[in-house]
Amino acid sequence: MTKQEWPLYEVFIRSKSGLSHRHAGSVHAADDEMALNNARDTYTRRNEGVSIWVVRSDSIVASDPAESSAFFEPAEDKIYRHPTFYDIPDEVDNL
Amino acid sequence: MYTQGLDQAGKGDSPKSGGETKEQLDAFQARIDAEEKIEAKDWMPEAYRKTLIRQISQHAHSEIIGMQPEGNWLTRAPSLKRKAILVAKIQDEAGHGLYLYSAAETLGVSRDQMVADLLSGKAKYSSIFNYPTLTWADIGAIGWLVDGAAIMNQIPLCRCSYGPYSRAMIRVCKEESFHQRQGYEIMLTLCRGTPEQKAMAQDALNRFWWPSLMMFGPNDSASKHSAQSMAWKIKRFSNDELRQKFIDVTVPQADFLGLTVPDEKLRQNKETGHYEHSDIDWQEFFDVISGNGPCNETRMAKRRKAHDDGAWVREAARAYAAKKAEASAAA
Repeated sequence: MTKQEWPLYEVFIRSKSGLSHRHAGSVHAADDEMALNNARDTYTRRNEGVSIWVVRSDSIVASDPAESSAFFEPAEDKIYRHPTFYDIPDEVDNL
Repeated sequence: MYTQGLDQAGKGDSPKSGGETKEQLDAFQARIDAEEKIEAKDWMPEAYRKTLIRQISQHAHSEIIGMQPEGNWLTRAPSLKRKAILVAKIQDEAGHGLYLYSAAETLGVSRDQMVADLLSGKAKYSSIFNYPTLTWADIGAIGWLVDGAAIMNQIPLCRCSYGPYSRAMIRVCKEESFHQRQGYEIMLTLCRGTPEQKAMAQDALNRFWWPSLMMFGPNDSASKHSAQSMAWKIKRFSNDELRQKFIDVTVPQADFLGLTVPDEKLRQNKETGHYEHSDIDWQEFFDVISGNGPCNETRMAKRRKAHDDGAWVREAARAYAAKKAEASAAA
């Protein structure tokens, strides 16, 4: 039965131009074109989008939450990347 | 509510633990207590996963079966406007079912498995959809009362600890308000119409009042899985709390319509402001949820037939996709 299930697609919607696409959910579809149509009917019945991306769920490469502290560790100790790291006297303006 | 099957005292096994260590469970509970959302690939106890799969899939099944009582009046809606509105509402119910199946799939259960469990009768859906829609006024009563009760339950679910479920519920809640308002407007139109139309509205209220209260599930004292679901912040309010809230907001709406809530003991407690009501006939609730309601058999038969009748479409779509893929590979 599982073999015959239509593949799963993740759906991303741009709600209006100027904003980036955002994950909305998923749909099953036999092919890419049907995935777009199903995504439109499922997630934009009230004009919630001006553009839709669909991508096969099994094509997404994701970081592993169990490894996330090690994965993001390189950024942890670099506080000098933030503007607040630097002491500037109050008299100096526009900085 | 849409997932009352979870609350039945003495029925169904509590999800088994998956051999987690106390440290893992404590760390997980600490995340929940800190109001952190749990996401699909995060570590979670097996019982949390199983509880969510059961709850979200039952919720999805309820949306899907919930299309039937309303579909019954689609071809007999009193005007083109009402018909267009009803089609849109039924489409929303299908959409809600799909958002929820999608959320449940993030927990590792397949769509086919969930559908199979519904069709085999293994999975439950809300008792409310096993009552017939005998008149057009029932469509009004469903929107007003059934969707009203659903909103009461679903708003706290927007803050559920599981991210994908919470996001699906936010989407659902945005759409649900239209359902309730169109239902109340149907009731209002009938109540301002002829005496026969008003009597029809009263009759619908009489038949849907008690089943709507049952949607919130058994009394807290008899609700088996509530405590764990509360601790995991899947559930935020108890069945009785939500039911009371629903009664308190709905009775004045019935008063405005000039309709009488079918409960002789109903009265407002001047001190607390809450309405006191008669006991609920729990035998009826357990009968309906265990398969012996007025429409259980027809609902399931219709769902199975729709699934079987759609088999060739699913087949054809797969064949067409395969053919196209072949052609583009050859080109």
